[in-house]
Amino acid sequence: MRRAAALMVAACVLALPTAAIAQNCPRTTLADIEDEVMCPVCGTPLGLASESPQAERERAYIEDLIGDCRSKEEIKTALVSQFGDDVLALPGDASGESDLGDVLVYLIPALALLAAAAGIAFATVRWRRRSGGAPPQATGEPAAAGSARLDADLDRYDL
Amino acid sequence: MRRVLSPVSIAVLCLLAGLLVLLGYGLASNSPDRSIDEALARGEREPAPALDLPVLDGEGSGSLSDHRGKVVVLNFWGSWCRPCRNESPLLQRWHRRMLPKGGTVLGVDILDTTPDALAFIERYDLRYPMLKDKDGDSLESYGVIAYPETFVIDRRGRIAAAQRGPVDDEFMRTEVAPLLGES
Repeated sequence: MRRAAALMVAACVLALPTAAIAQNCPRTTLADIEDEVMCPVCGTPLGLASESPQAERERAYIEDLIGDCRSKEEIKTALVSQFGDDVLALPGDASGESDLGDVLVYLIPALALLAAAAGIAFATVRWRRRSGGAPPQATGEPAAAGSARLDADLDRYDL
Repeated sequence: MRRVLSPVSIAVLCLLAGLLVLLGYGLASNSPDRSIDEALARGEREPAPALDLPVLDGEGSGSLSDHRGKVVVLNFWGSWCRPCRNESPLLQRWHRRMLPKGGTVLGVDILDTTPDALAFIERYDLRYPMLKDKDGDSLESYGVIAYPETFVIDRRGRIAAAQRGPVDDEFMRTEVAPLLGES
């Protein structure tokens, strides 16, 4: 009984430093980082470069740093020291300050989305005006009447 | 009857034209520089583009001009590059052979982590000088798109031969050995 208690106390004492280290160790994962950095040789984000040997080495390097308790930002800094600024996949990451290019990366897609939405709205309004605002209904009219209407439409559009 | 395009059609056409211009620009700006190969095909030797990079295994920097007057076998490699593993022992043998005759191999480690590169050098016992191009800036001026690639530079700093891919003993005998006899 005493022996078991002594063993338990010893186990707790041994576990204490490990728990303390784990608490101080910044938690990040490879999956969290690989979407935000590039595989420089592949020219794609690291998360998309599955087969490339260079990507494999870069992942191993990141995992070593994670094993050394480095934070995400420290790992990114280490990657920049190895591969240069281009290794960072997110705009604005490189210098810490946003330049015009970084702003445009976000601005252009937003403007394109706005333009597309405006175009669709404009086209929808026009189409509704042309069709008289009422959705087409199945009337079951005879084929002859439909044919006459098609002829009239073709004449109107001079086709 | 004259037809006028609607604003939507004009906008779509403008968008398509813009995309085509972007595509053209992308293709033009990403195509590799082949001026070295074209000059070699004409039998001309172009001056080698300047190269000034940090030393791989220490402080400071090194450059191509440090080796002016020597025959330089400039080799772009990476520890992650599989063909480089076969080529490196051959380059080391030739470096030893060229050294007394005024020649050297100069390695440029590209887009690589320093610990991996140093482990590679130790594994293959490479003794020639090594520079590190961490972001691959030198690749553009030499038109490097595959790894490894090797350029042979004569004693006057001009590119005398290029190998896009791994070198072999025959390439070294035919392209490098004759330059060692040139003054």
